[in-house]
Amino acid sequence: MENENPGEVFVAFDRVQKSYDGEELVVKDLNLAISKGEFLTMLGPSGSGKTTCLMMLAGFETATYGDILLDGKAINNIPPHKRGIGMVFQNYALFPHMTIGENLAFPLEVRGIDKSEREAKVMNALSMVQMESFAGRRPAQLSGGQQQRVALARALVFEPELVLMDEPLGALDKNLREQMQYEIKHLHDQLGITVVYVTHDQTEALTMSDRIAVFDDGRIQQLASPADLYERPENAFVAQFIGENNKMKGKIESKDGDIVTVRLDDGSAVQSLAISAHETDEKTTLSLRPERVFVVKEGQSFSNCFDAKVEELIYLGDHIRSRLSVCGRNDFIMKVPNSSDNHSMRKGQSIRIGWSEQDCRALDAS
Amino acid sequence: MTQIDGTPNGSDNDHKVNGQMVTVDGTPLKASLKRAERKRTLIAFLLVAPLLTYLLISFIFPIGQMMWRSVDNPQLVSVLPKTLEALQDWDGEGIPDEPVFEALAQELTVASANRTIGRVAVRLNYEISAARGALMRTSRSAEDMEPPYKEAFLDAHRLWNETEFYRIIKREGRPLTASYYVAAFDGTYNEDGEIVMQDENRRIYIDLFIRTFSMSLGITLLTLLLGFPISFLMASLPMRKANLLMIFVLLPFWTSLLVRTTSWIVLLQQQGVINELLIFLGVIGEDGRLGMIYNMTGTIIAMTHILLPFMVLPLYSVMKTIPPSYVRAAKSLGATPWTAFWRIYVPQTLPGIGAGAVLVFIISIGYYITPALVGGQSGQMISNLIAYHMQTSLNWGLAAALGSVLLISVLILYWVYNRLVGADSLKLG
Repeated sequence: MENENPGEVFVAFDRVQKSYDGEELVVKDLNLAISKGEFLTMLGPSGSGKTTCLMMLAGFETATYGDILLDGKAINNIPPHKRGIGMVFQNYALFPHMTIGENLAFPLEVRGIDKSEREAKVMNALSMVQMESFAGRRPAQLSGGQQQRVALARALVFEPELVLMDEPLGALDKNLREQMQYEIKHLHDQLGITVVYVTHDQTEALTMSDRIAVFDDGRIQQLASPADLYERPENAFVAQFIGENNKMKGKIESKDGDIVTVRLDDGSAVQSLAISAHETDEKTTLSLRPERVFVVKEGQSFSNCFDAKVEELIYLGDHIRSRLSVCGRNDFIMKVPNSSDNHSMRKGQSIRIGWSEQDCRALDAS
Repeated sequence: MTQIDGTPNGSDNDHKVNGQMVTVDGTPLKASLKRAERKRTLIAFLLVAPLLTYLLISFIFPIGQMMWRSVDNPQLVSVLPKTLEALQDWDGEGIPDEPVFEALAQELTVASANRTIGRVAVRLNYEISAARGALMRTSRSAEDMEPPYKEAFLDAHRLWNETEFYRIIKREGRPLTASYYVAAFDGTYNEDGEIVMQDENRRIYIDLFIRTFSMSLGITLLTLLLGFPISFLMASLPMRKANLLMIFVLLPFWTSLLVRTTSWIVLLQQQGVINELLIFLGVIGEDGRLGMIYNMTGTIIAMTHILLPFMVLPLYSVMKTIPPSYVRAAKSLGATPWTAFWRIYVPQTLPGIGAGAVLVFIISIGYYITPALVGGQSGQMISNLIAYHMQTSLNWGLAAALGSVLLISVLILYWVYNRLVGADSLKLG
């Protein structure tokens, strides 16, 4: 799904920098091209600069340096109300003194659309989110999920080509959040709009996005499709931020094509895929997903095999999460699928575990 | 299910007797609940009891007293009971007959001896001037009067020759009177005992009420005009700067009233700073000095300054709770900054505007000290006249009636406001 039409750039950040106090950069040299119809998520911890980027795009913050282009035109000097970008806010920002219908009619009204057309469009937008019967209510009479839908409908009712969403599902409970994720995704597919979505929830990002830009420290750490991001993180931050991850520090001892041998701090040697660390004697952090570690059974062989001791077992239904002591560290996590033959593990037991060198990635040392 | 022990299989916990829920030991559930809550109710009551007592003694009771005093009329009833009885037979035309004067002579003699005549004299003087003199003089000689008393009285003072005087005595010889309220609305009684308006040149109170209300309205609008932008600024500034501004806003609260008033006098008087400055700048000539104090302008300027915090505080507290995302949302939906402000921001500040306006208006309607100090003639408000009747003319009945009218009109205004806007939407902090 990666960038299906790379030629048709709709939104572009060109060397954008942002500082609030003139001393520190919140956004450092941001370059990003978003295609028409794409669902791009800006993912990152709080303070990583993702919301600032969204606010610059919406026009509520000005870029300190660089250009933001919309459909090929620089929009730095266009005020927010002339940009024609739909936006969904974290707290929904439904106008409390207006009914749902009036809320939706507002963007049409300020555009001077006449009453009958306005009403048709409002009902159409409400039916898109299955909220037709709520037009006469006030926002305070609606549940969080319903308010969310109305906010979505309001951002879409004036048919913008670009819709920004600033952590729109942050205030909902888990079940509702998952349901809304699918609904937003479906609306995006159905209407063919471009969506820029900001969240700090990686599951949400993985579920909805065509591409994800992982932000940290004012920079994009990696820009890739969800699968690529999870399977092939390019640096230690991304590996740590997306999904669970066993981090092992060591030094590269030798290199054979793509494969490096890494000597860990306790002396054990691990075969690993060289990603961002290649040179002999270079320090590196190995990244290994817990579900790619296996209990070695008779007749099986892995390029990396170690003795381990079971420290803790947590039963999670579909899998068993086990904390092991291995290679001199006791925070090594292995996810064991819940199948009938895996129930034999006991706390304190000594087992042998292994993983493929293809699943273990040698990243930067940080 | 009244499951109280939490065991999932305690099926015998569902107690019902005659269709009524009961606890494990058989007492009705409602009674048990009441007992359990009784202590809490008692504590709640004890917590408010001191304030309640204080308010009853210092607030509710005096207000009741005041309202009672505005209709209470005991003077004539207690001192001249027989005269009043004799006056019942009088038809209200001409001069009453001998029995009235006989009773009057007796009672005036007694009243003069035990010094209760003063109260009656003062009371009647409210209704007709010279009544005090007539009664005091006549009562001193009442002892020596010989029948026929009628002649003696008619000789004693010219008032005794006027039918009007007897009508007044008869009218005010009832334990309750409306005459204070009649006076408070610039009314008077005509020859037939009907209530009519006073002569044009003797009307005071209605004009004063109108002036009080319109000045209060003006002050409310001014504080809103001045308070809205500053509240808006404070709500959008970071906490530290907002607090600094808040100190400036609260300064009038912390300055002594006399210092404040004196500064206004220094600034605004004919030879004051502002006039001198305007003359220096050539805006006005030497003979065009502006009269900005000891008149209505002075009162409005000084009161707006004092009451501004009462507008700013509720406005600020409401504006602080309005997230910036509303205006942003409006802009992102295509509204110009002005439309976003007027259609989205301002309506959400209405509870604050309402609260501030009601506070400022109600406070200024009863304001006394500032108009008294800088108001001169034209800047006087109704409260100054109430104080005058309390302290100078000692007509407490009229003062009480004026006060009651003020109180009731504020209550009516509050009721109207409540019907229009809703008191629940008031946000006072």
